[in-house]
Amino acid sequence: MTTKTFGEPIARLEDPRLLTGQGRFLDDIGHRALAAAFVRSPHAHARITGIDVTDAIGVDGLVAVYTHEDLDGRAGEPLPLLIPHEALTHGRTGYALAKDEVNHVGEPIVMVVATDRYVAEDVCARIGVDYEFLPPVVGIEAARDGDLLVHDDVPGNVAARMVQSRGDAAAAIDAAPHVLELDLDIERSASTPLEGKGVHARWDADDASLRVYTSTQASTSVRAALAARLELPPDRVEVIAPDVGGGFGVKIVHPWPEEVLVPWAAIRLGREVKWTEDRREHFVGATHERGQLQHVRVGFDDEGRLLGLDVTVWHDNGAYTPYGIIVPIITTTQLLGPYKPGAYRAEFFSLYTNTVSVTPYRGAGRPQGCFAMERTMDAVAAHLGLDRTVVRERNFIRPDEMPYDHGLIFQDGRPLVYDSGDYPATLEKLKKLVGWEEFEAYRDEARAAGRRVGIGIACYVEGTGVGPYEGGWVKVETDGSVVAATGLTTQGQGHRTAFAQVVAEELGVPVDRVNVTTGDTRRFGYAVGTFASRAAVMSGNALAAAARKVRDKALRIAGEALEADPRDLEIVDGVVRVIGSPASAPGGSIPLATVAVLANPLRYAFDREAERATQFGGPVDFSKPPVAEGESPGLEDTGFYSPPRSTFANGMHAAIVETDPDTAEITILRYCVVHDCGTLINPRIVEGQIHGGVAQGVGGALYERMVYDDAGQLLNASFMDFLMPYATEVPVVETDHLETPSPLNPLGIKGAGEAGVIPGSAVLASAISDAEGFAITRMPISPSDLYSLRSTSTRMGETPR
Amino acid sequence: MSAVEELFEVTLVVNGVPRSATVPARRLLSDFLRHDLELTGTHVGCEHGVCGACTVLVDGRPIRSCLQFAVTVDGAEVTTVEGCGGADGELGPVQQAFRDCHGLQCGFCTPGFVTTITAYLEEHPAPSDDEAREAIAGNLCRCTGYQNIVASVLRAAELRAEEAGR
Repeated sequence: MTTKTFGEPIARLEDPRLLTGQGRFLDDIGHRALAAAFVRSPHAHARITGIDVTDAIGVDGLVAVYTHEDLDGRAGEPLPLLIPHEALTHGRTGYALAKDEVNHVGEPIVMVVATDRYVAEDVCARIGVDYEFLPPVVGIEAARDGDLLVHDDVPGNVAARMVQSRGDAAAAIDAAPHVLELDLDIERSASTPLEGKGVHARWDADDASLRVYTSTQASTSVRAALAARLELPPDRVEVIAPDVGGGFGVKIVHPWPEEVLVPWAAIRLGREVKWTEDRREHFVGATHERGQLQHVRVGFDDEGRLLGLDVTVWHDNGAYTPYGIIVPIITTTQLLGPYKPGAYRAEFFSLYTNTVSVTPYRGAGRPQGCFAMERTMDAVAAHLGLDRTVVRERNFIRPDEMPYDHGLIFQDGRPLVYDSGDYPATLEKLKKLVGWEEFEAYRDEARAAGRRVGIGIACYVEGTGVGPYEGGWVKVETDGSVVAATGLTTQGQGHRTAFAQVVAEELGVPVDRVNVTTGDTRRFGYAVGTFASRAAVMSGNALAAAARKVRDKALRIAGEALEADPRDLEIVDGVVRVIGSPASAPGGSIPLATVAVLANPLRYAFDREAERATQFGGPVDFSKPPVAEGESPGLEDTGFYSPPRSTFANGMHAAIVETDPDTAEITILRYCVVHDCGTLINPRIVEGQIHGGVAQGVGGALYERMVYDDAGQLLNASFMDFLMPYATEVPVVETDHLETPSPLNPLGIKGAGEAGVIPGSAVLASAISDAEGFAITRMPISPSDLYSLRSTSTRMGETPR
Repeated sequence: MSAVEELFEVTLVVNGVPRSATVPARRLLSDFLRHDLELTGTHVGCEHGVCGACTVLVDGRPIRSCLQFAVTVDGAEVTTVEGCGGADGELGPVQQAFRDCHGLQCGFCTPGFVTTITAYLEEHPAPSDDEAREAIAGNLCRCTGYQNIVASVLRAAELRAEEAGR
């Protein structure tokens, strides 16, 4: 058998548990815990004038009712603003329980704790809240008008205004031979993991310690936040992300009101308390993303080369800004994709509305940026009568221009410098995969049969692997098994497998001997979190660094035992041996398990193997102490990886759609993906990430929208009404890969998590525009949207193809 | 103030084992399985019957356990994902197929797919590609894009056929 699994599409190590019902998701923990439920605001904008709990008192099973007034100490302060930024001049966050005012439907006002969830919800229904209604601000136009305000002290509803530029875009555009302007519109969607949020807390009064399980993407940071809010020493707080049923961005936000309140109540009551978010709560009590209006002004030459690009974005940040302005920063930087824009200026306004707050959802502003740039590329091509791929190719950054500095600052606060990538090669592969050149013949054929088809293309570059750092810990146990831990969390990415592949490769052990833990502060306390397609880059390299140190130590100890130069040794299948010698060579090898025993000098033997490490167990070098200076006992070590700046993955999608001439139904006939995320640890997992991303991209392009009415009520807060795609709506994804290793990290990895979703709306808008003969500028698009666009565009004198 | 709820003893044969608990009439079957019997393999994704994560087999037929009261199925035979394994603790054919085809990522929706597909293959042992897709079209998955789940249905059919041929 071979230990070589790095780069191989091995089956996942976590699957058997998950497939047999042995997973432990948040609501699977704490069967005897008290249950929490919340009274949430049914109004989008109101003052709270009174809370009446009279009817609730005495309900059998009720344990406690809490309002904002009960929140003592720092628990009653506004929730933290996680990512401050100088442009965020009017950042606002809510309270764990609303104080005086509510700013969106779903904002928690009262917490009820009871013996079970049924009772807790009964009690919620008996609590009366009096409101004085305030006019709600709903939709970007209303926010931009600024006639009505979400927060009295935020003029014009503007949380932030930010400009980034390189060169004089306005002058470059004015001087350009051709100028176009586009107005674009992307609606709200949301991460919508199948498992909502949830928190379980247990206070151990005897030990004065708190253990919190939470369905999060950032357990170490939740610990820091809780220690601060609850005024506990951080080392008395443990936070564990159990199995997490999908995140896609929404669970990077922390601490949620419930993440503060459930532990707070557990301490106060001295009882285990649990809250599991239900689906409606998730729609109105978590966060959304995507909603933006964009105005693009572009100047270009006769060949279609961009000379100047000026983009203005109005970004709907909802009621509060807990995650700062990361999303619009990403939109206005990642918009550039694989292109050189000429002179560039991007300005955004991040605007408050009385709706659920906006924080990153997979793609995190990139899908909107990609939509703006790719719609622009198509518009340039249409204006000049050029093939859409030709215009793109002419604007590409060439491989010999890497690393390419855009002269802007990225979301990590560091320069936007692309590390590597071969965009022309990616395009060539995509054209071949989808049959770009043959499409016109196919269109003619389809047209002859009375069918309407179109082809679209969209390109993206994704900054991945953002810092500041991640760490890893690797230990060889005395039975030869390997345990490893990293602090970032897992929500389905197969980290236990991919990281085991990394450790197995570095250490020379079989992959199934490696057991990886993620997201558990008891095992690794320093971490940032899982977002921005960063886990493989960051923790992969950190664990590789730790494993390399362990390997060096193992070779050193084995060298002493074998009386060999460590440089002549290798580890194969968990056995240290002289390079190239057969495993059976006498005296020429030593199992890693034995090395682990020897690495920890013992006084007491607890089994035969341990005897070898005791003081009389073998030859002793009297010239040095049992643990030499600078050494530590045990075959274990820790490594960290901190990148100088982000890596940049890239990819291109093409789609062929059919639109029904009568009903305007939109069908995706083919969907092709070529992507380059650097070195692949496990191609099967990467491919799965792409498939899932594409499904979310298709959902965002054709089905998913958060429908708010003028009163700020979310009209489709259920799976009955919010149209997440089923198997029947998602196309088969055809994929091809490039592997351009990143020069920035030892493993050459770029991230893959978000790639699939980014060009979804752009590529489908491109294909539908191609089928229909008029530009699609607003996504998502439903058959009825398309149907009415047809009549409008016909009125405008354009003839659908 | 409020009356104490009347309780009922409910007995189900779950994965071949008779299990009882005393619960109020309004206890959902999903909560009964998860919280009263502590069989947490069955997951709850929406509590309004749309996502399918809570699907279990009642007398062999797939149903949404979040839309049933436990008392209404008193006495029934129930199969959950914990009961979809093979002999001697190995993965069952559908579970094995999901592993072979990378048909799961976070694993939250997976139990509902496993039970749904188990029941489907009983009646349709050799589905086509399109039929396999249709078979899972009532369950939501947010991670996989379904492509590998469709492949898992086809692979499970193969594994079942191999098993039957042995």
